[in-house]
Amino acid sequence: MKSNVGKLLSTAAIAATISTAATASTLDDVKSKGFIQCGVSQGVPGFSNADSEGNWTGIDVDACRATAAAIFGDAQKVKFTPLSAKERFTALQSGEIDVLSRNTTWTYTRDTSLGLDFTAVNFYDGQGFMARKDLGVESAMDLDGATVCTEQGTTTELNMADFFRKHKLSYVPVVVQKADEALAAYASGRCDVFTTDKSGLAAHRSKLAEPNAHMILPETISKEPLGPVVRHGDNQWKDIVTWAMFVQVNAEEMGITSKNVAKIKGETIDPGIKRLLGAEGDMGAQLGLPADWAYNIIAQVGNYGEVFERNVGPSTPVGLPRGINNLWTEGGVMYAPPVR
Amino acid sequence: MTDKTTSSNKSFLNDAGNRALIFQVVLLALVVFVGYYLFSNLQANLADQGISTGFGFLNQPAGFPVLIHLIEYTEADTYGRAFIVALINTVVISLMGIVLATVIGVVMGLARLSNNWLVARLATVYVETLRNIPLLLQMFFWYFAVLATLPHPKNSIIFADFFLNKRGIYSPNPIFQDGFGIVIAGFILSIIASIALIVWAKKRQTRTGLWFPAYWSSLGVIVVITFLALVVSGFPIEFDLPQKSRFNVTGGMVLPPEFVAVLVALSTYTGAFIAEIVRAGILSVNWGQTEAARSLGLKDSLTQRLIVLPQALRVIIPPLTSQFLNLAKNSSLGAAIAYPELVAVVMGTTLNQTGQAIENIGLCMLVYGTLSLTISMFMNWYNKKMSLMER
Repeated sequence: MKSNVGKLLSTAAIAATISTAATASTLDDVKSKGFIQCGVSQGVPGFSNADSEGNWTGIDVDACRATAAAIFGDAQKVKFTPLSAKERFTALQSGEIDVLSRNTTWTYTRDTSLGLDFTAVNFYDGQGFMARKDLGVESAMDLDGATVCTEQGTTTELNMADFFRKHKLSYVPVVVQKADEALAAYASGRCDVFTTDKSGLAAHRSKLAEPNAHMILPETISKEPLGPVVRHGDNQWKDIVTWAMFVQVNAEEMGITSKNVAKIKGETIDPGIKRLLGAEGDMGAQLGLPADWAYNIIAQVGNYGEVFERNVGPSTPVGLPRGINNLWTEGGVMYAPPVR
Repeated sequence: MTDKTTSSNKSFLNDAGNRALIFQVVLLALVVFVGYYLFSNLQANLADQGISTGFGFLNQPAGFPVLIHLIEYTEADTYGRAFIVALINTVVISLMGIVLATVIGVVMGLARLSNNWLVARLATVYVETLRNIPLLLQMFFWYFAVLATLPHPKNSIIFADFFLNKRGIYSPNPIFQDGFGIVIAGFILSIIASIALIVWAKKRQTRTGLWFPAYWSSLGVIVVITFLALVVSGFPIEFDLPQKSRFNVTGGMVLPPEFVAVLVALSTYTGAFIAEIVRAGILSVNWGQTEAARSLGLKDSLTQRLIVLPQALRVIIPPLTSQFLNLAKNSSLGAAIAYPELVAVVMGTTLNQTGQAIENIGLCMLVYGTLSLTISMFMNWYNKKMSLMER
C-alpha cells in the first residue's frame, strides 16, 4: 500500500481482486476469525468431496483439517470453498481463502509467477488416460488420431499436448470447462479417451455407469506432485501448513496412529517422540502454535497412512494402491524432515 | 474599481459558460487522477505479491491445442495467436447466430400471425418454450442429449462423401488449384453486372412504371457467369475427401458438434425473442394501411413487402439491436460445452497457465465491448436509414 488515502481508495475499488497485500499475518487473521477458509475441488471422490449432509472428506480436506487441529486443537474449525480449476489461484491471491488444497500440481510457473508458494506434497500423482475396454487400445502410443476429452484450466491440457507432440501422434482435443461435463462428454462417446491425473481417473471411473467397461492405460505421461498452496510472502503460515503435513508422515514412520497416540504420549521414553507430541520442550512455540499441536493433528486427523487408507486406499471406492505414496522406508517417496 | 475590471471579472468567473468549462476540466482531472492512482496502486500491489504483470505473455508459446481454428494454429504458436483464434471463433459464432436467429425470428413471428391455426399454435409453442428455458440448459440439451445420440464414428451415417456421427459432420474439403483466380474474377464481375442491372431496373421503373424481375435475373447472371468461368478454367478444384480411420473420420472439412450445439442453441433461443419483436412490429402497423394497399389493387405479398414491413421495421429495429447484443454476449456460454471461444481460451486456459487474471479478463472485456459497440453502431446506422423521412 502506498498511503492511507491509497488504502481507502484501493480497498474500495480493487478489493475484489487484490486486497490483502500488506495485511497482518494469515495466522493472526485465522485465529481472530476462528476458522480456516480452505479452497477445495467441486467434488473429486477421495480428494475433496461433500456428502449429502455437506460433510467434506478427502486427502485434500484432511490437509486443512490437520492445519486447523494444529492451530485450534479442533480439526472441525475449517470452512470449505469449492473452486473450479480456473478459479482457484485467483481465490487464493485475493485472500478469499487461506489455503488452497485442491489437488493442485506443483509446477515451476505456478510457484514463481503467481505470487504463491507450494508447501508439501500430499500426493504424488501422474497423468494418465482412460479408455473404453472395447476400443481395443493397449497403450497410449496407440492413440494416434483419437479424440481426447479433458477439463479446462489444468496442467493436463499442456501435458496432453506435449505428449502427443513428442510422439508425433495426431489427436482432436475437446476441452470442457468443468470436470463433470468433460466426463459426461467422454461417457457420451464424444471422445475416445479421457485424460487427467491417474488418481482423478480412478475417482472419475467410479462415477461412471459401468466402471468395469473402462480401463486406465498403463502410461504415466507426467509428474504431478499435488499439495496445499499458500500465498507467497507469509513464511510463518507456509511453515505451519508444511509441517502439519510433515508431522503426519513422521507419525506414520514412528508408528504413531490416532488410536495409540494418547497411550504413546503417556508411556514413551523416546525423546524424539516426546518432542513431537509436546511432552517435552515446546516445539509449537516456534510456529506460534500450542505445544500439543502435533498431538492434536495425529489424534484428530491421523497419520499419513491412515489418511490415505481412509480416503483413497484399496478399501475405498477410489481404490488406489499406495504405490509411490508409500513411506520411503517402504519403497515409496514419502519422506519428511525430522521434527527436531 | 473601474467598470472595466468588473466586467472582465464577470466575463471570466461569473460567466456561466466559463464556469461550466472549469467544472468539466476539474472533473476530468479528478477522474484521470483517480484512474491513474488505482492503476499504479494495483501495479505496486501486484509487484509486492510477486504476480507477473503486463502483456508480455502474449508473445510466449501457448503450448495448448484449440479444437476449432479457422486460421493456422498449432501448440507451438503464441498466446497472442490463440487469442486471435478464439476471437475469430467468437465473432463467427456471433455473426452466424445473428443471421440465423433473424431468419428464424422473422419466420416464426410471421407464423404466429398466420391464419392457419396449426402453424400459429406451433409457433406459439416454439416461442413460449424456448424463451422460458435458460440458454445454458438448452446448450447442454443440444450437446449432451441431441447430438450425443448420433452414431459412433464406426457406424457413421454415410451419404456420398459426407459422414455424420457424434464427432461431427464431415464433408469434402475443396482445395483450390492454380487458375481459380479466373473463377473469382468471373464471380466478382457477375456481381458488378447484377448491381448495374438492379440499378437500371429501378431507374426504369421510376421513369416508365415498367417492372423488370431484376433480382431473379441477377441471380441467373451470377450463376451463369461463375459456371462459365469454371468451365473456361477447367474446374480448378480438387476435393480432400473424409475417410474412416481407426478412431475417427479424418480428412475433409468437419463441423464439430460443439459448434453446431452452440449455434443452434443461440439462434433458436434468440430467434424466439425476435419472433415476438417481429410480431409486435407488424401488429403496430395500422390495419388501415393494409386496407388502403388492397384497395389500390396491390397483391398480398407486395402489401407486406412494400407497405407493412417497412413501417414495422421502424418499431422492430431498436429492440432487435438489444437481441443481437445479447446473442453476441451469450456466445460466451459456449465455453461450458467446449466451444473454444474467447472465454474458454483466454479466461480459461490462458488465464490458468499465466495466472494473469487482470490482463486476460481485461482483454475479454475489451473484445466484448468492441464487438457490442460495433453491432450497436451498425444497427443505429440502419435504424436511421429506415426511420421516417419527413418531408
